[in-house]
Amino acid sequence: MSHHSIVIPTKDKLFNLGEFFRPTPGNILTAVILTVGLIITIIRFTMGIGSVTNLSNTQPWGLWIGFDLLCGVALAAGGYFTTVACYVMGMKQFHSAVRPAITTAFLGYGFVVVALLYDLGHPLRLPFMFFFPGTTSVLFEVGLCVATYVTVLLIEFSVAPLEWLSSKYPVLIKWRKLVVHATIVLTIFGVTLSTLHQSSLGALYLIAPEKLHPLWYSPFMPMFFFVSSMAAGSSMVIFEGMFAHKGLHHYMDETHLREADGVVFSFARAASFILFAYFMLKLIDMLVQANLPYVFSGYGAWWLVEMLGFVLLPALLYAKGARDRNLTLCRIASANTVLGIVMNRFNVSMIAFNYNLPSAERYFPSIWEFCISIFVVTMIVTAYRFIIYHMPVLYEHPDFKDEH
Amino acid sequence: MKRRTFLTIMGSAGVVSALGTAKVAQAGPHTFPYYADSYGVLHDTTRCIGCRKCEEACNKVNHLPKPKKPFSDLTVCDTHRRTGEYEWTVVNKYKVNGKDVFRKLQCFHCNDPACASACFAKCFTKHPNGAVHYEGSQCVGCRYCMVACPFYVPGFQYDEAFDPLVQKCTFCEPLLMEGKLPGCVQACPKDALTFGRRSDLLRLARARMADNPGKYVNYVYGETDAGGTAWMVLSPAAGQLAASLTPDDAPLAGDEMKQLGLNTHLGHSPMGELTYGALGAVPMIVAFWPVLFGGAYAISKRREAMYKAEKDEKVKEAREDVAAAVDAAVRKIEETQGPGAADTARRAMTEALKARETECKCHGEDK
Repeated sequence: MSHHSIVIPTKDKLFNLGEFFRPTPGNILTAVILTVGLIITIIRFTMGIGSVTNLSNTQPWGLWIGFDLLCGVALAAGGYFTTVACYVMGMKQFHSAVRPAITTAFLGYGFVVVALLYDLGHPLRLPFMFFFPGTTSVLFEVGLCVATYVTVLLIEFSVAPLEWLSSKYPVLIKWRKLVVHATIVLTIFGVTLSTLHQSSLGALYLIAPEKLHPLWYSPFMPMFFFVSSMAAGSSMVIFEGMFAHKGLHHYMDETHLREADGVVFSFARAASFILFAYFMLKLIDMLVQANLPYVFSGYGAWWLVEMLGFVLLPALLYAKGARDRNLTLCRIASANTVLGIVMNRFNVSMIAFNYNLPSAERYFPSIWEFCISIFVVTMIVTAYRFIIYHMPVLYEHPDFKDEH
Repeated sequence: MKRRTFLTIMGSAGVVSALGTAKVAQAGPHTFPYYADSYGVLHDTTRCIGCRKCEEACNKVNHLPKPKKPFSDLTVCDTHRRTGEYEWTVVNKYKVNGKDVFRKLQCFHCNDPACASACFAKCFTKHPNGAVHYEGSQCVGCRYCMVACPFYVPGFQYDEAFDPLVQKCTFCEPLLMEGKLPGCVQACPKDALTFGRRSDLLRLARARMADNPGKYVNYVYGETDAGGTAWMVLSPAAGQLAASLTPDDAPLAGDEMKQLGLNTHLGHSPMGELTYGALGAVPMIVAFWPVLFGGAYAISKRREAMYKAEKDEKVKEAREDVAAAVDAAVRKIEETQGPGAADTARRAMTEALKARETECKCHGEDK
């Protein structure tokens, strides 16, 4: 490996914070968003949920659940998708994609929990679910799986900070070895947990058949959520990679750069198949539930937009992009899919939810709810940047080369 | 959490859910004998005059904040209000086949409540007296109960900063325990609300239908809807109103429940049952996924090993071929030019081969 300009923190200089203090537009925007977010956070926790949201008794779950939780979890699916491809299926050429995927997944899930605290009436009572386990509740399953999976991701991710800090505290190398040895167990454990909670996010809505529009309500919602999470996982790896290459190019080593395009094309091919499968599942579900008449209504038009523009179209774009080895096309398709996932989760949780109610009782998020969601995303990006600037995620640490 | 601990918990969760399903199977379909001896209330909408006395009583008995408009203002019934955190019951006016009918809304106190099934901290319990009890001290405030409730009943104190709770009609449980009637039932001046054993109320409802042919829709709302509810509703039929029907209203007849704002599409089993299938799949996935992915891992490992063995074999063969060729060439040189030249040739060829091999190895590793 020709040694490049990557700043690798050393024993004497553990921190590399300079990047945050350069007056670039990105840094300034980040500072503004974080400040505004903190102010709204104070308001939320001193004056109640009603002071910053448009939530009501008919719409108890709004943007914070619809975006921060449902989309957050789906878009963090890159973690299990990549680790399964690399370690379980033995596609070693994805190795350089594993750490970035694990990192974003860990951050994604971590901040899902943070965002959830805003939405809970009694955030400090979150552990009560373990003391009074409501085993008949889908939410209990979601909670248990997410709590466990965050722990698994923390362990999987811990290798990077350990390598970072090991030059100063060599004792950490032991723990790192242990984690590396447990990789395959953690991966299989992770995919099991992911299957469970990705699908149970869909199962949450099974209990409200009369509230969700028939085109979106289906006994197979758990399956739809799981299958689309796979598409989301592969697309997010491509989508995030696109931004990482733009802003963090100089933190990538040769291996990463050489493998990056291959990862894109392989994941694009996989996503294409998954999206086609998802399209067929939804289509057949619509037909067997005899929902065809609904397709020719207002909601039906919206359903068609989702199905054709955000499932079938990205599937075709991915197929063409992977076949022609067209990087731009694959990236466009990944953005299209990510938008589609967000749209689908919004439809289930907000747009097609309570479709029967008069418009006066419907919900539209308040500006502050949007601000908190943006705040959470900004926190994720900032944390990601901190990790990239310090830990071997996009590059291999020279002390631990070829040790996997 | 340790993996083993987690698996134990997941396993027991599976067993618990399996036991739950077994119990359901034993009980057969959830129909009216379910909690037949608990208390309930029958709301006869043909008797309700929309006086809001029940609302007032509820407000007083439960010490709820006073509303902006006084309870004597009957115009508020015109807008379709919902129950909420500070209004546990409301009376709305509906047009049924062109005629005004009033209906009281409150928690239906389901036999097998969706909220109880949905709560992940076990805040809701169906008590033997019929009430669906809410325990605020263990509420996390996630509001999944509100998503789950098919009647849009629970309200949340969004304005409360530090102790926001879900609130709904309590069936005036403290009063029941003193042997008194719920506030609203006590206050009703027209006997539109009848308190009693659920099984008795169903008999009473049938008797009223039999005694007044054509007056009621032949359906006791809540008898089996959403698995059956403790509070039930009788609605007026077109027969009684036929005289007042204009031709324009005619298509509405037969649709009375819907016009009265009652959702008759909830099915006859508890809402929670809709999620049992998904929850039942959990132990299956926990059991099967490690096998499936472990198998996939073993397959990919094996394939890798086979590929490596094959490659090593090929390399070995090639090396032997080269060695044989070198040997032949060296022998030829020895024959024609003597042993000295042969030695030099052998050394040169070996060195060249070695150099080439290391070069290949470098490339190979990089790939």
